Amino acid sequence: MKPKNQRLILVIAALVALVVAVLLGMWGLRDKASYFFTPADIAAGKAQQDRAVRLGGMVERGSIQRQRDGVTIRFVLTDGQAATPVVYRGITPDLFREGSGAVAEGRLQGGTFIADTILAKHDERYMPPELGNLAAEHKAGKTLQR
Amino acid sequence: MIAETGLASLWLAAGLAAYQLVLMILALRSRVEVARSIRAVAVAQGILTLIAFAALLIVFARTDLSVTLVAANSHSAKPFVYKVAGAWGNHEGSMLMWVTILAVAGAFLGTFSPRTSAMTLVAALGAQAALALGFYGFLLIASNPFARLNPAPIEGQGLNPLLQDPGLAFHPPTLYLGYVGLSIAFSLAVGALLTGEVDSRLGRAMRPWVLGAWVLLTLGITAGSYWAYYELGWGGYWFWDPVENASLMPWLAGTALLHSVNVLAARGALKAWTMMLAVIAFSMSMVGTFLVRSGILTSVHAFAIDPQRGAFLLALLGIYVGAALVLFAWRGANLKEGAPFELVSRETGLVINNLLLSVVLGVVFLGTLYPLLVEAVSGEKLSVGAPYFNAVAGPLALLLAVLVGIGPLIAWRRERRPVFKQLRIPLLLGVTALAVTVILAPRMGILPRLGLTAAAYLAAAAILPLTRRNPLRTPLATWGMVVAHFGIAVALAGMAANAAFTSERLVVAKPGETISVGPWLVQLQEVTPTAGKNWTGMEAQLIATRGHGPITLKPQTRYFTSPPAETNEAAIDTFWNGQLYTVTGKPDETGAWQLRLWWKPFVTLIWLGGALIGLGGAIALFGRIWRRRRREPEWRRGYA
Repeated sequence: MKPKNQRLILVIAALVALVVAVLLGMWGLRDKASYFFTPADIAAGKAQQDRAVRLGGMVERGSIQRQRDGVTIRFVLTDGQAATPVVYRGITPDLFREGSGAVAEGRLQGGTFIADTILAKHDERYMPPELGNLAAEHKAGKTLQR
Repeated sequence: MIAETGLASLWLAAGLAAYQLVLMILALRSRVEVARSIRAVAVAQGILTLIAFAALLIVFARTDLSVTLVAANSHSAKPFVYKVAGAWGNHEGSMLMWVTILAVAGAFLGTFSPRTSAMTLVAALGAQAALALGFYGFLLIASNPFARLNPAPIEGQGLNPLLQDPGLAFHPPTLYLGYVGLSIAFSLAVGALLTGEVDSRLGRAMRPWVLGAWVLLTLGITAGSYWAYYELGWGGYWFWDPVENASLMPWLAGTALLHSVNVLAARGALKAWTMMLAVIAFSMSMVGTFLVRSGILTSVHAFAIDPQRGAFLLALLGIYVGAALVLFAWRGANLKEGAPFELVSRETGLVINNLLLSVVLGVVFLGTLYPLLVEAVSGEKLSVGAPYFNAVAGPLALLLAVLVGIGPLIAWRRERRPVFKQLRIPLLLGVTALAVTVILAPRMGILPRLGLTAAAYLAAAAILPLTRRNPLRTPLATWGMVVAHFGIAVALAGMAANAAFTSERLVVAKPGETISVGPWLVQLQEVTPTAGKNWTGMEAQLIATRGHGPITLKPQTRYFTSPPAETNEAAIDTFWNGQLYTVTGKPDETGAWQLRLWWKPFVTLIWLGGALIGLGGAIALFGRIWRRRRREPEWRRGYA
């Protein structure tokens, strides 16, 4: 291989690698990214059935019910406009409480959200950014109602 | 007084960095002889940042609540170790640590790099000063760690209890040393591009820095993975969380750089290529810092939310990466041709390694930044997690593992022998592993099955470079490579075994009940209250048996009061063939408790493999430095 050709081949190889990475990434992202919805989005029918999505809201007061088996819970996530029932089998995370924010990862089946994972407000200061706005709006809504 | 000393040192260090930059420009423009003075300035700058960092440690150790940062992040009731570690457990402190490491690395570069030409060293020190200057500006303008609070509060606001863990004391500093160690490779590349002296000498000067940074990144990622595994109580070792990706991306780029810098050092080939990778590797460090420190992520790790700082960091990132790329476009094409090599050669093998690592880096980068881009453009919120990364990066990683076995067997420049003959035994082992898993576990997933196959093959292939050699005469660098490549096989085996063989039980149990998980029978004895220095909690007593003697495990739920928080402390028992992992949940009205139990066969191999990879790098680094000391006596005296 002549040095000049060698350099050309290396440049082409690098470009091909870049293109492959982008194509591979786009292909993966097209059906593996999971979108974030609020209960109002779900009520409006924006979320596809049976696809990995995330649902965020406040856990409605008085809605957490433990099922017979002791490890499955049902609760309702709300954003003040609509509410979505959620089923989750597992140990709920620290700080998962009624009246505080949570994000559920899972899929929508019928009108119920089947959660695989639940992320709750992490500590007093940290909150998932998606929930930051929601919490503020929720508070504002409550103040108005009063 | 101590806080003011720290602040003054920082301002002085910033002034010296500016002076260092001016010296470099003078030297490049009018060939003024500055080599001695610029090195002295670099050392002085390093010492000043050390003073500033020491000042921060002291105010935290004393819990000086008149310093805003201490009041916001510490508490007098906290154990002493965590008071000190708290100094870098927050935004300002960790940025100060970052800039301290940057300046100290610059000081070391000034002291111990006689291998490059004097001019390239001057230019590299100037580039390092330019980097440091931006981060001094960030600290002094947007994140002053020494700001005072008047009046001082009576008590601090504590620290997140999740972070009160030995992992915190070592994990971030190790990662930062790795991140910032790559800055030296960046500065050397920028310096060499400025002077046009990209040659094997530069490769040999850059190599120990890359190796050292890479070893620390490897160990940092491995430790972080284990920390997440036992601290979060979710039983997983890697979540593809953006903050984890932030450390993985510099590691991937650093791994590619580590291999290409070897080609530059040994053969004087892949010149522009290696310079590009050096720029990319440190850029990834800055991307990682930006992701973690700007707080734009939805993530369990991102504690700071402050868009102004994010914009500042993004601007720094844009300036440095942009300037380096412009420099590369301007000077890269003028570099002398590298030494030629044939299609079948070690060089080609390393190019393929680099290409594959770059593709993995590309898809991880895309997956990590895509949610941010989409949200910025359309306002839609989405997240990209394990399904994407496993599907896209998994097969590439397996392919890489197969090639790792072949590359070291190929000769430099040109290979005439048929290499595959040597691979008979490894290939046989791989096929055997595949057959055994197909027969014994026909329902195993495709990735774990191929993972076990590749691990069996690579474990044998990795040690081939040692065969037919006198082990005592084999260079330490070769030993290091063999250990690191063997470590990949070990880690891969652990990941595949964990994915394929883990048993999990999620139950509600009353005291006295017995649950089976994998080969174990676990009995819940009782649940009792317990307490520590700054927390109260509930502790479950579990007795586990498997044929022989019983083992006691005590998973806890802890409640902290300042700030109010709750954590799960998993109880984990390690055996030669796996780990028993137990977590408690909440009680119900009848007095039964939720329990989550895992039996994870050979899961420990994941971190053992990571440690071996890091150890291999450390052996190679030691070997290189030791040989250099013997061969170049002037190195011991420093550079005059």
